[in-house]
Amino acid sequence: MKKAIAFWNILLKDMRNYYLKPPNISWGIIFPFAWMLMLFIRTKTAFNIDEVFPGIVAMSVLFGTTSMLSVTITFERKARSFERLLLAPISTELLIFAKISGAILFGIINSTVPIIASVLLFKANVYNPVLLATGVIFLSVVSTLLGLFISVAAKEVFEAQTYSNFFRFPMIFLCGLFVPVSALPFFLRPLSYILPVTYGVDIIKEAIIGTSIFHPLLNIAVLTAFCLFLFNFSIFNIKRKWIK
Amino acid sequence: MENVIESKNLKKTYGDFTAVDCISFSVFRGEIFGFLGPNGAGKTTTINMLTGMARISGGQIFYFGENMPIKKAQALIGVVPDESNLYEEMNGFENLCFCGALYGMAKKDREKRAGLLLDLLGLKEAAGKKYKAYSKGMKRKLTIAAALVHSPKILYLDEPTTGIDVASVRQIRNMIKFLNQEGTTIFLTTHYIEEAERLCDRIAFIVEGRIIRIGTVEELIEGTKETNSVEIFFDKRKNDSIVILQKLEAAFPSVQCLLENDNSVKISSPEKIDIAPFVGFLSSEGLWISEAKLLKPSLEEAFVKITGIEIEKMKKEKEKK
Ligand SMILES: Nc1ncnc2c1ncn2[C@@H]1O[C@H](COP(=O)(O)OP(=O)(O)OP(=O)(O)O)[C@@H](O)[C@H]1O
Ligand SMILES: [Mg+2]
Repeated sequence: MKKAIAFWNILLKDMRNYYLKPPNISWGIIFPFAWMLMLFIRTKTAFNIDEVFPGIVAMSVLFGTTSMLSVTITFERKARSFERLLLAPISTELLIFAKISGAILFGIINSTVPIIASVLLFKANVYNPVLLATGVIFLSVVSTLLGLFISVAAKEVFEAQTYSNFFRFPMIFLCGLFVPVSALPFFLRPLSYILPVTYGVDIIKEAIIGTSIFHPLLNIAVLTAFCLFLFNFSIFNIKRKWIK
Repeated sequence: MENVIESKNLKKTYGDFTAVDCISFSVFRGEIFGFLGPNGAGKTTTINMLTGMARISGGQIFYFGENMPIKKAQALIGVVPDESNLYEEMNGFENLCFCGALYGMAKKDREKRAGLLLDLLGLKEAAGKKYKAYSKGMKRKLTIAAALVHSPKILYLDEPTTGIDVASVRQIRNMIKFLNQEGTTIFLTTHYIEEAERLCDRIAFIVEGRIIRIGTVEELIEGTKETNSVEIFFDKRKNDSIVILQKLEAAFPSVQCLLENDNSVKISSPEKIDIAPFVGFLSSEGLWISEAKLLKPSLEEAFVKITGIEIEKMKKEKEKK
């Protein structure tokens, strides 16, 4: 019970202080629209929504989670308020779980904007809504954990931002969002397969268009393995580095 | 007496550098225990190890006689770090409630306690103001309140009064005394000798990662006292100082008497002496005494003698910081 109170209040505080602050909310909403608009202008015609739909959903999740978490953690570490959390009688695992939960929820909420817009405005089809929800959740978890991985590596807020961009931009092109993995030069393909995001995008593609590289269950299994690895590795590093 | 905190050969190294060098001490239930030492002595590092903010390189920590996991101990302790560190974007009340929640307090309890503490530290008016708009003194007070929301049995205070205004310092010191009377055991670090002397039941002098001496103020002073002296002042218009000196020497052959000024005489002895016999004797002789006092070395002198550190230098270093 005590642990639940601590967990819930850390989550609530992050939501109030960071995720639901006006600049972030509007950013999360505007970003997917800006992308659609850009594609619209570029193609000059009504583009095929089904083709860009998965990409926009995946990006709204990816951009929401990775940057927010790493910035909020490095910010609190810099201002030393993070020490309050380390001093509390809760395990590091629970504390980090509470911290990432905010970012995961933020990613999921972010994704609803392009999904609703695409379905209502552009009459896009969703082939398998349950699978889409699953994909969004998994992608949100795995990209949050990537954000955590970055926060553990970064000392400064700007460093966290740089690192997360360093990871994010190549990721967009390597994970099969805009260029199918099968169309990538073959020496780049192994890179795609070590990026967890690739598997999340694959689930979303299957859910929306009905085509994918791997079976959704295989994707889920790979993502679960990535999540477990990233979480435990980050916890290990936090215990080693943050408590000197 | 029950040991609330016990440190056995506690050690901290950073690479080749030893910040805390095998220190051992006990803090008794209900006392205010002080760590007094200059910059870089290892005060903060010791607190960090005791509170789980730094890994220990060697030694052991016992809370209430038990070598318990730090996460369990953390429920029993409150920590005021050397820098105030609450959440900038939240107001005073929200900050305190959040800290209570971290310890699993129910909403009603933590709100009640937060209100009480804000009141106690004179922050009631500022309760709704964002922490980042607080003055340094207010931030310090709120940080102290934050460490108290969950009513800890032990309170760690790392230089609670450094760099803040006189009125806030007074308030904080009164708060520390009040908490202690209520039964909280307090571990405090400071580089203000007068603060240690005024607040602490026992003090440890710490220099370069080592505890040089531990004791009550009296014990620390007693150990450095070389002679026992009494000084007696009189009205020079009514008395002849030479006559007084002669009378004293005749009546107390075992002590040494010296004319300090033309209105006072200093009496010294290798033995412990008291004021009363001298005053009694002089007034029975019909002399006018305006003041008489036992000359004690101060804690400051004891500190200088024991550690070899110049106080002025220590203060200046702090101010530079
Ligand atoms: N993370 C660290 N890495 C290396 N050395 C450190 C680290 N933290 C502290 N030290 C060193 O350990 C020594 C003790 O530092 P500590 O902060 O405990 O001193 P202090 O008594 O609290 O001093 P102050 O009065 O300045 O607060 C110092 O020499 C400091 O430079
Ligand atoms: Mg210090």
